[in-house]
Amino acid sequence: MSILEVRDVHRVHGSGETAVHALRGVTLTVEAGELVAVMGPSGSGKSTLLNLAGGLDRPSQGEVAVDGTVLGQCSRRALAALRRRRVGYVFQDLNLLSSLTAAENVALPLELDGVGVRQARRVALAALSEVDLDGYGPRFPDEMSGGQQQRVAIARALIGERRLVLADEPTGALDSQTGEAVLRLLRSKVDGGAAGVLVTHEARHAAWADRVVFLRDGVIVDTSGPLDQADELLTTPGGSR
Amino acid sequence: MSVKHGLLALLERGPMHGYQLRVAFEESTGGTWPLNIGQVYTTLARLERDGLVRPLPESDAGQRPYQITEAGRADLARWFATPVSRTDRPRDELAIKLALALTTPGVDVPAVVQTQRGATMRTLQEYTRLKARADKPADLSWRLVLDAMLFQAEAEVRWLDHCEASLVRYTPPPVSALPEAAPEAAPEVSHR
Repeated sequence: MSILEVRDVHRVHGSGETAVHALRGVTLTVEAGELVAVMGPSGSGKSTLLNLAGGLDRPSQGEVAVDGTVLGQCSRRALAALRRRRVGYVFQDLNLLSSLTAAENVALPLELDGVGVRQARRVALAALSEVDLDGYGPRFPDEMSGGQQQRVAIARALIGERRLVLADEPTGALDSQTGEAVLRLLRSKVDGGAAGVLVTHEARHAAWADRVVFLRDGVIVDTSGPLDQADELLTTPGGSR
Repeated sequence: MSVKHGLLALLERGPMHGYQLRVAFEESTGGTWPLNIGQVYTTLARLERDGLVRPLPESDAGQRPYQITEAGRADLARWFATPVSRTDRPRDELAIKLALALTTPGVDVPAVVQTQRGATMRTLQEYTRLKARADKPADLSWRLVLDAMLFQAEAEVRWLDHCEASLVRYTPPPVSALPEAAPEAAPEVSHR
């Protein structure tokens, strides 16, 4: 089942001679249980694609659908509700509100959506437990390590009935072990039935995805998926080549 | 790295016969370096000749275990203490291929880069799958071997990204079909 459908999307910033074509006809489908990584040089359109997928920006041409709802056909109010209920975001920084505890941060999207405080808190604590943060509910972000904060952000990104998680360099400032733990968690969340899009410039991180899409100058130039030859690779001296 | 030092390191655990050495070697390298039994025996013969191992009496099953000698221990300690030189590794076929692609008329160099990057990325995905699947703390030596392959594949992707970025800014010089002639055949070169 497709959770995210991006159909022949173009995005032009500005107009006339100074127009910048950030995306030129990108088509991408992400199924439930699938993690897709987007790689490409700076300015290739990665973040534009992520913003369009999350309804934070509108395409100049083409269509984006989340869970069957075409974003361009939504009113602003409906779009805001869809973003709140269906889409989770994990960014490199500015992930958590520093004046709220971990549990309050995670519960926030539910409360914004009208869920009662108690119920939201109960769901939030369960979500924290799922990311191995039992007992961290009352802590403020600055009382937690970078890796723990990022886990809180992932718990928040996937709380409630949200099925699409969009991550932009989620391991940015973390060391390699902690970064790997974050990706492992993202992977397991997706394996549990969510759809994920991960923007990263690090191949080692992108390798956690089922598919890796390469963008260059706003165009998808290649897509790579594993060939299920892992065991064979290991017994072939020299590996890939 | 040589099979020689691999076997010496294994014999430091205690005496072993050829087949046991082969199994232990493959286990400790996570199956990344398959070894045939012939290689094991020829290496043992060389180690014995150099006084680094000594044969023990044959078992009832007709298998002859080998034991590391003091000289073998010293050699092994030296090996662990010496860094691996990059120049001992084989030349990088990929780098040579790209260098040639740049100077060969009619080759779509960005396509060569992209094809390789896709392939290396797939390899990286495969390694990562293995890692996701087998990550028990007990498997540390196996995980480290796997990480080595992961980091190498990652380095290759980064280098390919760098190649792609460099190609964007690159203006090829006019292609000359042949290298400049040798000075004897072209005396005007000396006027430079």
